[in-house]
Amino acid sequence: MPNMSPKKNEMPVQLPEERRHNFDEVALGYTEEQAINEADRCLQCKHKPCVKGCPVHINIPGFILAIKNQDYKKAYEILTASSSLPAVCGRVCPQESQCEALCVRGIKGESVGIGRLERFAADWYLKNAEEQVEKPEPNGHKVAIIGAGPAGLTCAGDLARLGYDVTIFEALHVAGGVLVYGIPEFRLPKKIVRKEIEVLQKLGVKLRTNMVIGQVLSIDELLEEGFEAIFIGSGAGLPRFMNIPGENASGVYSANEFLTRINLMKAYREESDTPIKHSRKLAVVGGGNVAMDAARCALRLGAEEVYIVYRRSEAEMPARLEEVHHAKEEGVIFKTLTNPVEILTNEQGHVSGMKCVEMELGEPDESGRRRPIAKPNSEFVLDVDTVVIAVGTSPNPLLRNTTEGLETNKYGCLIVNEEGLTSRDGVYAGGDAVTGAATVILAMGAGKTAAASMHKYIQEKRKKA
Amino acid sequence: MFRITERKELNPSVTLLKIHAPLIARKAQPGQFIILRVDEEGERVPFTIADYDSNEGTITIIFQVVGSSTEKLNALRPGEFIADFVGPLGKPSELEGLKKVAVVGGGVGCAIAYPVAKKLHELGAEVHSIIGFRSKDLVILEDEFKNVSDIAKIMTDDGSYGEKGLVTDALKALIESGNEYDEVIAIGPVVMMKFVSLLTKTYGIKTVVSMNPIMIDGTGMCGGCRLTVGGKTVFACVDGPEFDGHEVDFDEAIQRGQMYRDFERRSREETCRILEGGESNA
Ligand SMILES: Cc1cc2nc3c(=O)[nH]c(=O)nc-3n(C[C@H](O)[C@H](O)[C@H](O)COP(=O)(O)OP(=O)(O)OC[C@H]3O[C@@H](n4cnc5c(N)ncnc54)[C@H](O)[C@@H]3O)c2cc1C
Ligand SMILES: Cc1cc2nc3c(=O)[nH]c(=O)nc-3n(C[C@H](O)[C@H](O)[C@H](O)COP(=O)(O)OP(=O)(O)OC[C@H]3O[C@@H](n4cnc5c(N)ncnc54)[C@H](O)[C@@H]3O)c2cc1C
Ligand code: SF4
Ligand code: SF4
Ligand code: FES
Repeated sequence: MPNMSPKKNEMPVQLPEERRHNFDEVALGYTEEQAINEADRCLQCKHKPCVKGCPVHINIPGFILAIKNQDYKKAYEILTASSSLPAVCGRVCPQESQCEALCVRGIKGESVGIGRLERFAADWYLKNAEEQVEKPEPNGHKVAIIGAGPAGLTCAGDLARLGYDVTIFEALHVAGGVLVYGIPEFRLPKKIVRKEIEVLQKLGVKLRTNMVIGQVLSIDELLEEGFEAIFIGSGAGLPRFMNIPGENASGVYSANEFLTRINLMKAYREESDTPIKHSRKLAVVGGGNVAMDAARCALRLGAEEVYIVYRRSEAEMPARLEEVHHAKEEGVIFKTLTNPVEILTNEQGHVSGMKCVEMELGEPDESGRRRPIAKPNSEFVLDVDTVVIAVGTSPNPLLRNTTEGLETNKYGCLIVNEEGLTSRDGVYAGGDAVTGAATVILAMGAGKTAAASMHKYIQEKRKKA
Repeated sequence: MFRITERKELNPSVTLLKIHAPLIARKAQPGQFIILRVDEEGERVPFTIADYDSNEGTITIIFQVVGSSTEKLNALRPGEFIADFVGPLGKPSELEGLKKVAVVGGGVGCAIAYPVAKKLHELGAEVHSIIGFRSKDLVILEDEFKNVSDIAKIMTDDGSYGEKGLVTDALKALIESGNEYDEVIAIGPVVMMKFVSLLTKTYGIKTVVSMNPIMIDGTGMCGGCRLTVGGKTVFACVDGPEFDGHEVDFDEAIQRGQMYRDFERRSREETCRILEGGESNA
């Protein structure tokens, strides 16, 4: 008889009062006992509805059963048959709108804590198992990956396991993409990402950092150098702004700049050379994961008051539920149905406040969400000295501009077919570079699809030759 | 890791380094820059490519010691290594087709202006260089400029060398005496570029300036380097660093450049203490 408790096992967390002052991980992970107890809530449904909600179709009942049987190694192996970064996805997937949304236990009560169990199995493995990485037999073919985010890393891993000679070209000085420069330490410890990358290196993947493709080498030059197929996983790193007055004042950051200074350049650590402004009152504009991360980082840097300013209502916020919940517990103040119209400055050109209007929700727009409209005469000034803009990003135009015949849509996203092939022969793409800002698991899924297509492409070419 | 092959002190606070970076040397063009991190804890700091040699595979940078990163960089010697070195970044200068150009450099900005003057000279243009410094002991690259210029004027604020006065005074005199320039290229402190642009605007001479806002990634990802040019927001690292001087909002750029002033002063004092400590132990 399974555990019929209507509630998930609670996730142990650092207390809000403590964690708002440190960068240590907030969610601590299930104990073995909690994991077994939670695994016992799964009904092992024959038709596996949950699996349809997972973009990479992890055998969810399978890995949960293995946890129940205390065979954690097997659980991990089931996970990695479909996902190359289970320790990451268990932490950052928006489970509530994917696998867990379709779990039958969710009909009466809470769904099974699939993400939490995934994390448990992955963490157990990282801690207890001696990583046995066997270098596959080389197949004599060279491929290149542009960008070391989740899409590129996944594609690299799959191809390396097939025996390819894989080189990743990464623009920054470290690999990981958004996982290292965006998502903060307290949500995804960097050592987990590093560990995943070490595994790839043991598989023989070559990592070349400080290589901005399009500047130092072009895609065509990579092809000329003998790379037989190329995967573009360059992400969607170009920040958007709101185009309101005052947006270039000093004290206004894009979320990317703010988070990069903190996460990548370690500005939160005393010994770092990178400066970050220590604000008194700070507003983050936006309602996604990026906005929550920026707000929670600002608290940890010692800001007295931190606001989330979002033009729709909380129900429409795209952030993971858990992050909204954590942000509130930590003391972030939510100003929903509020839209900034101007950033005010003092004589030194520094932010002195943000003028906003109140909004109300009208008819649904093309995204299906109710369109916010400004209430007349509702202007007010929010007293802040720093503003962080987190209203979205789009793909960087660099590769498109330097590669003949690489087609993009009107948002600058690369156009690919269902196999991940771009408009250029032998050049594949996936992740945020194709979809615009999305999720880690979707980027990984795209990396996997492309790896399979690249393998097929090279095999067929060889047959013809 | 990138090896330093040569080091030369040009004046008490300006140093030249040659760094082995063959891939970058193969692609580099005037107007472009690199970003480096001195060590694993370092900031990412941008420097213009002052010279490049694709045969040797080296990139030359010339920098002024202003803060903690440049201080650490200045402590390195030939044979030692820089942790990260990435480039060439930014767009190259557009110099083709120019017949007669005034190149105006201010302070360490002369290091950035020099490769431009040199390239113009190689392309066969008539080059008039005006380089300005606070005083005699800060003068750099004098011979280099003379070698590639038809006219080379050196200005100092205090008159201790060359002519006394500002670069704008010399530029005005050259224009007034009948020189018709296709373009003026001004590289130096933002204030200097602002006043050069104001001056040339009155004569309607096209003016290009090289902006150096604070940068992090240099690839268009952080938006920290944004400027207002012609009323639109642009990113200096990918859209520039060179822009039409008559369109740049210099006042905004000056304000944004001061964002970290206090922090950096503190950080530099700490580095100085560390370096002093190290030396007295030696
Ligand atoms: C702050 C923040 C929080 C997020 N939180 C979540 C979350 O909780 N859950 C979730 O599922 N998703 C989250 N996301 C979204 C998720 O991180 C992205 O969808 C995912 O990282 C996309 O992966 P990618 O591999 O396509 O691109 P990226 O992770 O962006 O990686 C692209 C890489 O390519 C490199 N690159 C770019 N151009 C070049 C070039 N020309 N040459 C060489 N290299 C290049 C970049 O430097 C980067 O390393 C968050 C994003 C942000 C910014
Ligand atoms: C595209 C570009 C090209 C550049 N080329 C050169 C060059 O060829 N030679 C050279 O000496 N310098 C150049 N700079 C400036 C150089 O990057 C800075 O001097 C350096 O980052 C300072 O680092 P630091 O840690 O030593 O000083 P910090 O401690 O960071 O700063 C010390 C002082 O310098 C100011 N400062 C910081 N960053 C910049 C910046 N990006 N531009 C101007 N002032 C700044 C600060 O406000 C502060 O007053 C360039 C900058 C850019 C953006
Ligand atoms: S990868 Fe994400 S969607 Fe798939 S099972 Fe894990 S948490 Fe759910
Ligand atoms: S739907 Fe829920 S209960 Fe059913 S197998 Fe999936 S996780 Fe288990
Ligand atoms: S330096 Fe980050 S966008 Fe230019």
